[in-house]
Amino acid sequence: MNSLYTYLFIGALLFSLGIIGLFMRRSLIGMLIAVELMLNGASINFMAFNRFLAPDPAVGQIYTLFIMGIAAAEAAIALSIIVALFRRLRSINIERAQELRG
Amino acid sequence: MIQQLFHPGLVAELGFALVVLLTLTGAVIALRPRNILYNVLGLALCLTGVAGLFLYLGSPFIALMQLLIYVGAICISIVFAIMLSRPLHLSLPKRRPAKVGLASIVGILVFMVLCSVVTFTRWQPAAVRGNDWSIATIGRYLLTRYDLVFEVISLVLLVAIIGAILISGYARRRPS
Repeated sequence: MNSLYTYLFIGALLFSLGIIGLFMRRSLIGMLIAVELMLNGASINFMAFNRFLAPDPAVGQIYTLFIMGIAAAEAAIALSIIVALFRRLRSINIERAQELRG
Repeated sequence: MIQQLFHPGLVAELGFALVVLLTLTGAVIALRPRNILYNVLGLALCLTGVAGLFLYLGSPFIALMQLLIYVGAICISIVFAIMLSRPLHLSLPKRRPAKVGLASIVGILVFMVLCSVVTFTRWQPAAVRGNDWSIATIGRYLLTRYDLVFEVISLVLLVAIIGAILISGYARRRPS
């Protein structure tokens, strides 16, 4: 039960759920939530490889830390863009954002 | 009897099943309901489950970081962004079934490809495997071998936060 395949399947499931959410949602915050799910699937994969296969068990944990840092930066930028977009368009619907096209 | 009931292996298996259930339920709640506040709560649930998975993978430090950074910082800032925007209880248009079906088809396709890759690859552990899981080693690697990456990540984070402040403040100064 506690094997490499279990974790890889859970990671793949989270990644696919994130893709479904990314295509299905129209609100920008919903899409941001889906992206966070995909990043978490990736970091589960890194940790599983680190636990079961890697020669040095500290490296996978460092990679996961880096993924968390990138995710924090991405969330900060995305949320500020969403807030700015909302001030301009009064909506966070992705189809309204097409008005930004020149 | 009690000893058998609380056998350590059985408790560990039950805990693992609970954590997996928490993760998947949270992921579904993060995608399915229309109200976006429920989505954020489901995301927090899912990330807590992922922290439990990291605990089962033998790394309490990363589990703690997951709780601190994701659940404690990212979810809270998403909640703040929701509170800054318009109340979302206005009647939303119905979700188009064609879009949902297409998204599900793409997601299931990606999942099947990933599963076939996982199943048909012959995973081999490294020949020589260290067993040094400690936080001290992580810290030493961060300051010696992964020094440059660490600094670049800090710089990216700094630039991102300053940019976020600028973007959200700039729109306020300029009347649209």
